[in-house]
Amino acid sequence: METYSFLRAFADSWMLLFLFGFFVAVILWVFRPGSSREYQETAGIPFRHDDAPAVEKEGPK
Amino acid sequence: MINTVKLIALGLITLCAMIAANYARDLAYMVHALIIVLVSGGLFLWVLRGVDEDKPAPSQHEYMDDVIRAGVIATAFWGVVGFLVGVVIAFQLAYPALNFEWAEGFANFGRLRPLHTSAVIFAFGGNALLATSFYVVQRTCATRLWGGNLAWFVFWGYQLFIVLAATGYLLGGTQSKEYAEPEWHVDLWLTIVWVAYLLVFLGTIMKRKEKHIYVANWFYLGFIVTVAMLHVVNNLTIPVSIFGSKSVIVWAGVQDAMVQWWYGHNAVGFFLTAGFLGMMYYFVPKQAGKPVFSYKLSIIHFWALIFLYIWAGPHHLHYTALPDWASTLGMVFSIVLWMPSWGGMINGLMTLQGAWDKLRTDPIIRMMVASLAFYGMSTFEGPMMSIRAVNSLSHYTDWTIGHVHSGALGWNGLITFGALYYLVPVLWKRERLYSLSLVSWHFWLATIGIVLYASAMWVTGIMEGLMWREVDANGFLVNSFADTVAAKFPMYVVRGLGGVLYLAGAIIMCVNLWLTVRKAPAREASLGVAVPAE
Repeated sequence: METYSFLRAFADSWMLLFLFGFFVAVILWVFRPGSSREYQETAGIPFRHDDAPAVEKEGPK
Repeated sequence: MINTVKLIALGLITLCAMIAANYARDLAYMVHALIIVLVSGGLFLWVLRGVDEDKPAPSQHEYMDDVIRAGVIATAFWGVVGFLVGVVIAFQLAYPALNFEWAEGFANFGRLRPLHTSAVIFAFGGNALLATSFYVVQRTCATRLWGGNLAWFVFWGYQLFIVLAATGYLLGGTQSKEYAEPEWHVDLWLTIVWVAYLLVFLGTIMKRKEKHIYVANWFYLGFIVTVAMLHVVNNLTIPVSIFGSKSVIVWAGVQDAMVQWWYGHNAVGFFLTAGFLGMMYYFVPKQAGKPVFSYKLSIIHFWALIFLYIWAGPHHLHYTALPDWASTLGMVFSIVLWMPSWGGMINGLMTLQGAWDKLRTDPIIRMMVASLAFYGMSTFEGPMMSIRAVNSLSHYTDWTIGHVHSGALGWNGLITFGALYYLVPVLWKRERLYSLSLVSWHFWLATIGIVLYASAMWVTGIMEGLMWREVDANGFLVNSFADTVAAKFPMYVVRGLGGVLYLAGAIIMCVNLWLTVRKAPAREASLGVAVPAE
């Protein structure tokens, strides 16, 4: 098969399936149990270290 | 030791550039070689003078903010330059007499147009992205920039790229690719700078003190990596001579067109969208004082945007030699792209949930909200225009120009202004901005300017599209091309006036930011006070 036809066929079959599967997996991953609390923590990142970097050894939270 | 290596390298570069200037085959190349002689020669002297100085290593307990301050200044400066050139060419279209005889070949419309597009996208937008990404990555990783002075190399290297690109356009050194006009030697330089940028950004993320990588950094990283890929593939050219700026692209015919628009549309998608969304995901929550509406949505937004945008390019090539399946693919993906775009817009807007009163009191929030509204509007308009039937009317008309500007002036411009208003008091340790009412003035001038611009272009674009396809009873075309040009005159003047308003707003911003640094009260409390350990 010539390269063009091969790539064209591959793109709209396996590659499409892979990309779609990856995307669905991302959505499932985002809604995994326990994610809400973790994301709440992550969403707060911009409000923590405005003036200076974190100090080397952070105490227990 | 390191200074010796630097001196030898700079000396060699200066020498090679002198040789190149001597053998130069065209004016653009010679000017570029001379610019490099001046820059590397100047750096040689600067390094030589500082050879014996002991510079204390910067503290790791401070953020590297000096390079960001420089980036903020560069953003404001190039913004005004880019808008000014835009206003000039808008009036050159309305009044062709402004293409002066004496400036023919240097400052006529054809030479100034790429100068405008590159100045606003790469100089204004690019510096905004550099400055904000360095700011955001440090604050959200709670660590100093990686690589020490490499960040300064990225900043100055990027400015050199801008100067080389701009002078090249005026002197005719262009490879005629939309948004990728610089010739091979300038492309190579940008590649080096960009790899350094990626290293600084990645290095900082690697040594982060936060457990997670905040979503804004994902968007910035997506932007840096994808732009590197796009830039390299779209600029695979073979120079005719190493002493000339002319080069020949390795792709031929429709492949070249496809690669160009794969690049062109993803320059919009990753440079002007992903990068600026990174800005949005940091500065909107900061200015609103609340975390982003839904972090889950932001992750889905990121992956959906990355996966979909990359396929949308072929919609620029409807009714061309490109196979139908490819342009249909581009069209379908463009329409699907509407969803993540609006998901992102909703995420940004809903961040204000419970803080909507700030719209009344805080003109910076107002600017950011208007920017998101324009983002929503242009990401609805774009998919619609990518539909083949709509495209047959809109393509090659001013509607496209209007669409681009409602996105660029509305979304990119306003979110950048918002970020600058946030950054300047923080970076220069001022208590507040000099004047909020000047921010309001800027907001209204910019918004009215965009509305004038976009509505003028809708009218003229649809009008000329309809005039081009109008046929009489016998099937003959009714209008000549010159008829459409004559009919567009009033809209061209309105568009130019819209540009004047937008430029005036940007100048007011520069004055306000300047006075903030000079006159606004300093933020005393945090100056020179040790930050207590948590």
